[in-house]
Amino acid sequence: MYADTVIADKLVHKPHFIIGLLVAAGALFFLFNITDSFLGHVLSPVIGDPASSGLYGRFVVAFMAALLLVINIVIIGFFPRKLQILAVWMELLLLALTLGIVFNLDLAFIKSKLWFMITQGVFTTLYVSAISIVIASILAIIGAVAKLSDNGFAFAIASFYTSLFRGLPLLMQVYIIYLGLPQLGYVVDAIPAGIAALSLCYGAYMTEIFRAGIESVSRGQWEGSRAMGFKFGLTMRKIILPQAIPLIIPPTGNQFIAMLKDSSLVSVIGVWELMFLSRTLGVKTFQHIEMLMTGALIYWILTIILEAIQSRIEAHYRKQRS
Amino acid sequence: MSDLTQESTNSSPIISISDMSKWYGTFKVLTDINLDVKLGERLVICGPSGSGKSTLIRCLNRLEAHQKGSIMIDGVELHDRMKDVDKLRTEIGMVFQSFNLFPHLTVLENLTAAPMWVRGESESEAKKTAMFYLERVKIPEQADKYPRQLSGGQQQRVAIARSLCMNPKVMLFDEPTSALDPEMVSEVLEVMTDLAETGMTMLCVTHEMGFARKVADRVIFMDEGKIIEENEPNEFFTNPQSERTKLFLSQILQH
Ligand SMILES: Nc1ncnc2c1ncn2[C@@H]1O[C@H](COP(=O)(O)OP(=O)(O)O)[C@@H](O)[C@H]1O
Ligand SMILES: [Mg+2]
Repeated sequence: MYADTVIADKLVHKPHFIIGLLVAAGALFFLFNITDSFLGHVLSPVIGDPASSGLYGRFVVAFMAALLLVINIVIIGFFPRKLQILAVWMELLLLALTLGIVFNLDLAFIKSKLWFMITQGVFTTLYVSAISIVIASILAIIGAVAKLSDNGFAFAIASFYTSLFRGLPLLMQVYIIYLGLPQLGYVVDAIPAGIAALSLCYGAYMTEIFRAGIESVSRGQWEGSRAMGFKFGLTMRKIILPQAIPLIIPPTGNQFIAMLKDSSLVSVIGVWELMFLSRTLGVKTFQHIEMLMTGALIYWILTIILEAIQSRIEAHYRKQRS
Repeated sequence: MSDLTQESTNSSPIISISDMSKWYGTFKVLTDINLDVKLGERLVICGPSGSGKSTLIRCLNRLEAHQKGSIMIDGVELHDRMKDVDKLRTEIGMVFQSFNLFPHLTVLENLTAAPMWVRGESESEAKKTAMFYLERVKIPEQADKYPRQLSGGQQQRVAIARSLCMNPKVMLFDEPTSALDPEMVSEVLEVMTDLAETGMTMLCVTHEMGFARKVADRVIFMDEGKIIEENEPNEFFTNPQSERTKLFLSQILQH
């Protein structure tokens, strides 16, 4: 993006923003009555017993909370950009974690299940996703070439495939493959069925990514190649795809990150992946939320790691192209 | 070079176009083109932008299809059911305005690709040929670089060498110097002049009139999809016949 070459006044330091935020946040805190909070108790020398401090106490606490919020924002506003980002991230993270405290989670229980969630759940999630993305990529190459070819059969089959598998909810595909195939006499295990559903569905979506990648290789490359006597297949394999693949890899990485979470859908057919374990491990002792929160956190961490890898891959290809 | 030219004057033409017309949809781009080119002949094709020069030479290796009349290349007729178009293309080199080198391959790999993948030559054999032609276009030291690391003039010389590696019977050039910075034009023209001296049959779409005077056996002037005039270069420049040719020449020779 284009960065401005003149420095504008910072929004968070403008008086109307500061006053506006103070009023808005104050009103919100007043509305939700946070008198009986940590802050309320800290302020008890001023307002007396928070519980019996009435509207006065409620107002003072709300005002002080809003004031702290505004001061915090104004201070962060003075930071350089990188530090600003870090500070805001940390505060939001802290806020999210305090929500976890509100749930009053049983940490010992989480600890006892964590290792199994990782070795069984994360492992299964990752390998189901990884196999599926590989198969989906192969389907997508075939689909894209078929969609770009003159051959009517190839185009018809490819467009039928993408239309069908993009037109059905993934969850439904999972059920149909797992429950439908046995009726035709093919009993499939849950994991192969899940991989099949994920591959077919993502292959259909990724066909479009691959098609766009192939089409973004310039016409001149086709002409240069064909003019030298390379046939269609040779041109595709040796000239076009090698140039298209660097364009295709970054969006494929995004698809992989999305698939990591969509792979949770195969939990419905009993694959012991991360979602399945998050849903079932806490059932016996009614500690649902412990396992769900742990699973959620693991998904999030996995995604952060993959996004970091993804951005390095993107940077790598960006550098290569320039 | 004169040997080859002499010899070829008697033989049948390597390119023979008769009553050829082409349409893009309903738009008639080329009208009743008649043109014979003998082995070893060097033609320069010029004319205003949009007159169909590119289309004409792109029809010769069937990057474009014509709809009427006939085109014979080395005794093979080009038509929409021909089986061996790829084989024919290996015998016709083509140099584009935009080079169209393969950016993911090194210079050397660009040159060895077709001999190895199409002709099945061994790597060492293909490399030897490639280095020979890189010497000819005077950039052997760039063999291991990627095209984007080369200047425009160098890239175009690589493109010429790439075509020569297939040992073509005819070379087609579509405005090979138009995309180049002025100081690089001459290095490419020099290579083309050298090539002409080896007796290569060449059809060049170009507005480089100095090159045309020096190298061409015939200059063809096109306008609105028709061949308006053809002549040997001296006559063509000093004594143009049609009004349109005169106008065109006055426009490009002004500068
Ligand atoms: N693929 C195409 N589809 C439709 N019209 C085209 C196409 N290519 C070229 N033309 C038209 O055909 C005419 C001749 O083009 P071209 O052969 O490129 O001319 P020149 O090379 O002499 O400048 C132009 O009017 C151009 O707009
Ligand atoms: Mg042109």
